[in-house]
Amino acid sequence: MKGWDIGITLAPHFLVLLLALPFIGSLLSVLLLNTASTALPSRLASLVAFGCLAITVFAYPQVTDGNVLRYTIEWIPQLGLNFSLRLDGFAWMFCVLINGIGFLVTVYARYYMSEEDPVPRFFSFFLAFMGAMLGIVLSGNVILLSIFWELTSISSFLLISYWNNSAAARDGARMALTITGIGGFCLLIGLLLLGNIVGSYDLDKILASGDLIRSHSLYVPALVFILLGALTKSAQFPFHFWLPNAMAAPTPVSAFLHSATMVKAGVFLLARFSPALSGTYEWFFILGAAGIVTLLLGAFFAIFQQDLKGLLAYSTISHLGLITTLLSLGSPLATVAAIFHMLNHATFKASLFMAAGIIDHETGTRDMRRLSGLFRYLPYTATLAMVASAAMAGVPLLNGFLSKEMFFAEAIETHADSVLDIILPYVATLAGAFSVAYSLRFIHTVFFGPSPTNLPKDTPHEPPRWMRFPIELLVVICLIVGIVPAFSVGPFLHTAVVSVLGTQTPEYSLSMWHGFNLPLIMSLIALVGGAALYFVLSHYLATCEDGPPLIRRLKGQRIFERILVEVSWRWARMAEQRIGTRNLQPQLRWVVVTGFLAGLLPLWHSGFEPRTFVFSGVDKVFAGIWLVGICLALGTAYLAKYHRLAALVMLGGIGLIVCITFVWLSAPDLAITQLLVEIVTTVLILLGLRWLPKRTEKMDESVTFRARFRRFRDLLIAIICGIGMTFIAYAVMTMPVPDAIATYFLENAYSEGGGRNVVNVILVDFRGFDTLGEIVVLGIVALTVFALLRRFRPAPDTMVMPEQQRIQNRFDEERPERNAGDTVREYLLVPSVIMQWMFPVIITFAVYLFIRGHDLPGGGFSAGLTLSIAFLLQYLAGGTRWAEDRIRILPLWWMGLGLIIATLTGIGAWFLGYPFLTSHSQYLTLPLIGKVPAATALLFDLGVFLLVVGSTVLILVALAHQSIRITRLRTIEAEKAKES
Amino acid sequence: MEIILSIAIGVMTSCGVWLILRPRTYQVIIGLSLLSYAVNLFIFSVGGVKTNVPPILSEGGGHDLLADPVPQALVLTAIVIGFATTALFLVVLLASRGMTGTDHVDGRGEKR
Repeated sequence: MKGWDIGITLAPHFLVLLLALPFIGSLLSVLLLNTASTALPSRLASLVAFGCLAITVFAYPQVTDGNVLRYTIEWIPQLGLNFSLRLDGFAWMFCVLINGIGFLVTVYARYYMSEEDPVPRFFSFFLAFMGAMLGIVLSGNVILLSIFWELTSISSFLLISYWNNSAAARDGARMALTITGIGGFCLLIGLLLLGNIVGSYDLDKILASGDLIRSHSLYVPALVFILLGALTKSAQFPFHFWLPNAMAAPTPVSAFLHSATMVKAGVFLLARFSPALSGTYEWFFILGAAGIVTLLLGAFFAIFQQDLKGLLAYSTISHLGLITTLLSLGSPLATVAAIFHMLNHATFKASLFMAAGIIDHETGTRDMRRLSGLFRYLPYTATLAMVASAAMAGVPLLNGFLSKEMFFAEAIETHADSVLDIILPYVATLAGAFSVAYSLRFIHTVFFGPSPTNLPKDTPHEPPRWMRFPIELLVVICLIVGIVPAFSVGPFLHTAVVSVLGTQTPEYSLSMWHGFNLPLIMSLIALVGGAALYFVLSHYLATCEDGPPLIRRLKGQRIFERILVEVSWRWARMAEQRIGTRNLQPQLRWVVVTGFLAGLLPLWHSGFEPRTFVFSGVDKVFAGIWLVGICLALGTAYLAKYHRLAALVMLGGIGLIVCITFVWLSAPDLAITQLLVEIVTTVLILLGLRWLPKRTEKMDESVTFRARFRRFRDLLIAIICGIGMTFIAYAVMTMPVPDAIATYFLENAYSEGGGRNVVNVILVDFRGFDTLGEIVVLGIVALTVFALLRRFRPAPDTMVMPEQQRIQNRFDEERPERNAGDTVREYLLVPSVIMQWMFPVIITFAVYLFIRGHDLPGGGFSAGLTLSIAFLLQYLAGGTRWAEDRIRILPLWWMGLGLIIATLTGIGAWFLGYPFLTSHSQYLTLPLIGKVPAATALLFDLGVFLLVVGSTVLILVALAHQSIRITRLRTIEAEKAKES
Repeated sequence: MEIILSIAIGVMTSCGVWLILRPRTYQVIIGLSLLSYAVNLFIFSVGGVKTNVPPILSEGGGHDLLADPVPQALVLTAIVIGFATTALFLVVLLASRGMTGTDHVDGRGEKR
C-alpha cells in the first residue's frame, strides 16, 4: 500500500525498543505498587501499549511486499544462538493485534478493576505478558521464540491467578500452566530437533529448507513435538479444557490473552512454520483431526454453558479449531482464510468478552439463568454485543461472515483423499449451525425477555463512556471489514499472506458478495438450522445444569486432575516408599557405590592396562612420613567414635603430613594454604566439640547380628573404594602428563599476568571469574553459619557447666585468696602473653604474604587466613570478652568490602573496553620496599583477602560466642527457676 | 614416590568412606575431612609428581621443568572451600544435635 509510505524509515533498533517497552513498563508498574490510584498504572500501561502500536504502525512501509525488518545481537554465536528479531508482514499483523487490542484492554481495565484490587500488579503482569507475546511474533531465532513462549505461559499463569484468594483462580492457573508448560517443553524439543535437521536455529534458514525437513528421518518426531506445543497453547482437543478454567481470570485478561492473543500463539506458530512443515500426510492428519474435533465439540459445548464467559471460551476453542482445520489443509487459499480468521476472531471475540465483563460488572453475575431483559438497562452495550455476536455467528455484512465463507469454500474442495476430507463440508455446516445457536442464545437470554429479578446488584446501568469505547471501536472495525473488506483490511492481509506464502500467494478476492454459490447455501443452512436448534433447545437451556447433556460428567478437567493426583501424589509416594529412604546412611552408601561403579565403567569399557606400572624408586624419608600418616588415618577412623579429641589431633597430624607432601612435591602455595587451613579447621572443630554429647568410652559388646553385618558391609565398601583409588591414582601419576593447558599458563603468566607465581596468576587473573565465584561461595557459607547459629539452641545436657570448668571453680572456691575464674585466667599464661605480642608480627606477615603473592608463594587466600589466625589467637589468648573489649572486628564489613572491591576491579575493565576482569599489570617502586608488582589483579586479590578474613573470622567468632550466649541463657533460666 | 602417594590416597579414601557410612555425625565430619585430603592429593597428582622443581618462573628460564600450576590452583581453592563446608557441616551438626538431642545422623537415638 503505497499511500502508507509516510517518508519515515524506521531503524531496525526500533524492534528492540518495541520489544523492550512493555518489559520496562512492567518494571515501572512494580514501582507503583504502593499507589492507591487505579488510574496511574493503567495510564502507564495504555501509554506503553500505544507507544508500541505507534512503532508498529510506522514500521509498516518496511514490511510490505515480503520485505523483512531484521535486527540481530550476537548472543552465543558459537551455538547458533542469537538474539535476532525479525518483523515481516505476518508478524506485523500480530503486532498490531497485540498492541492494538492490548491498548484497548488497558483502557477498559481501568474501569473494570476495582479499587480494592492490587491494580499495579495487574498491569505489571499484563505488560510483561504483552512483551512476551511480542517476543514470540518478533523472534528470528527459534530458541528465542521458545523462551518467549514459556514467558507467555508464566505470565498467563500469574494473570489467571490474579485473584489468588479464589480457589478456582488458583486451580485454573495451575492447570493452564501445567498444560501449556508441558506443551512449551515439547515445543522446545521439537524446535531443537528442527534446528538439528537444518543445522541452524535461524528462522529464515528453517523456513527456507522445507524440502530438507520433510524428507528427513526426524521429521515426524519434530512435527509431533511442535504440534503438541501449538495445540496445547491454542487449546485444541484433547488439551482444550484448560481454557474454560482460565476464565477465572479477570475479564480483561480473558479478552486479551484467552481470545485475542495468547491462544492465537499456537495457530500463529502453525502458520509461521507451515512453509517448513506442512504439506505432508502427517501434518494433514494430526492437525485435521484435532481441528475438526475441536471445531465441532467446542461449538457444541458452547451451547450448553450457563456462564457467559464459559460460552465465549468454548466458542473461542471452536474458532481456533476452525483455524487449525484450515491450516491443516495446507493449500494456499486455506492459509489465507486462516490468517484472515485470526484477525476477525480477535476483533469480535475481544469485544464480546469486554461486553460480558460489563454485564458482570453491572449485574454482579455471569449466570445466564439469572440474566434476562438487560436491553432496557444497557441499550448501547446490548447493541454492540449483538453486532459482535452476529459477527461470531457469521452473519453477512460482518467480518466473521467473510472468513467463514472462505472456510466453507475450502471445506468443499478435495485436498487429500481421506475420511476427514469427505466429512469436512458436513462438519463445517454443523459447526456453523452450532455457532449460530450459541450466539443467538447469548443475545436472546441476556438482553431480551422479562426484567431480571434478584440480581446481586440492582438496576444495572450503562458503564462509563471510556469503558464502552474499546467495544465500539472493535465493533466498528467488524462492520467496516465486513462491508468493504478490499478497501479496509485488504492490503494488510495481503502483506501478511505474502510474508507467509511468498511466491505461492494465491489469487483471492475479498468481497462480500461472490454470487449464489455452494458456500452461501451452506451459510444459509447454518443460519436457519442454528436458529431452529436454539428455539428447540431454549426451554431446556433456560434451566439445565452447566455443560452438555450426557457427557456433562466426562470433563477433561476431571481426567486432568485424576492424572495429576495419580502421578504427582500416588506414584511419587509409591516410588518414595519403594526406593526412597529418609536415613542418611543408605543414601550415602548408594552415593559411594554409584560413584565407584561410575568410575569403574569407563575402565571396563576402554580397558585398564597395567603396562605403565613401573617401580620408580622410593624415598625412605617420604615413605616413613606416610607410614606415620597411614597409621594416623587408621587411628582417626577408629577413634572418631570413642575419643573425639584424639581423632581430631590425629586428623591434624594427617593435615600436616599432607602439607609436608605439598612442600616435597614443589607446591609451596598449597603447603602454606594447607597449613593455615589446618589451624583454623582444628580450632573450629574444637569449638564445636563442646556441644556434642558425652563420648562413648567403651566398645559396645552386645552388637546384634544386623549391626555386625552392616559394619562388615561398610568395611568392604570402604576397602574396595580405597583399593580402586590406589590403582587409579597410581595409573594417573605414572602416566606421561599430556601437554595440556599448563603450558599456556606458564608461557603467558609473566607476559600477560605480570606475575611469576603462576598459581596465583591463574587464581586472580586467568581464572579470576572462577575465583570470584569461589569467594562468593565462601561468603555465603559464612553467612549461613552465622544465621544458623543465631537461633542455635544447644541440647539440654550441654547446657550445664562442663566438668573441667566445675573442677577449676571448685579449686578457686576452696582457697580464700583466689577469686572464681582465676585458674582459667592463669592457664597457659606465658603462651598467651606471647600470643598477644605476636599480634602485630602476624599482621605484618599477612601483609607480606599478600604483597609478594603475585611473584612468590602467598597471595590473598593465604594472607587472609593468616590475618584471621592473628585475630583468632587473641581470642584464644585472652578469651572472647577480653579480645572484644580491645578490638572490634566487623567481619560482615570485611566481607562486603572484599566482594565490592573484587567485583569493581572486574567491572573496571569494562570502562576501558575490555571484558570483565581483564587485568593490567605494571611494577611500582615504593620507598624503602622497592619494586612492587601493581597489577590490577592485586586489587582483585585484595578483595579475596578481605573476604577470606571476614568469612573465617565470622564463622569462628559466631561459634565462639555460643559459650557466652549459653552463660547468659543459663543465668536467665536460673532466675526463672528461682522465681517459680 | 608414586606408589607411596597412591597407597596413602587409597588408605585415606578407605578410612574416609568407612567414616561417612557411620551413624555418628562427628564420624561423618571427620570422614569428609579425610576424603578431602585424599581427593586434593589425587587432583594435585594429576599434574605429575615432581620433586625439586622450581614452582616460580625465573628470569629468562625455561618453563619445561616447572611444576604444573593448574591442579595447584584448583586444589588451593578446594582447600579453602573445604574449610567452609566443614564449618557449615559442623554448624548443621550442632543445630541438629540441639534440636533432636542426639548426634545420630538421622536425628534419632538408640541404635549405634
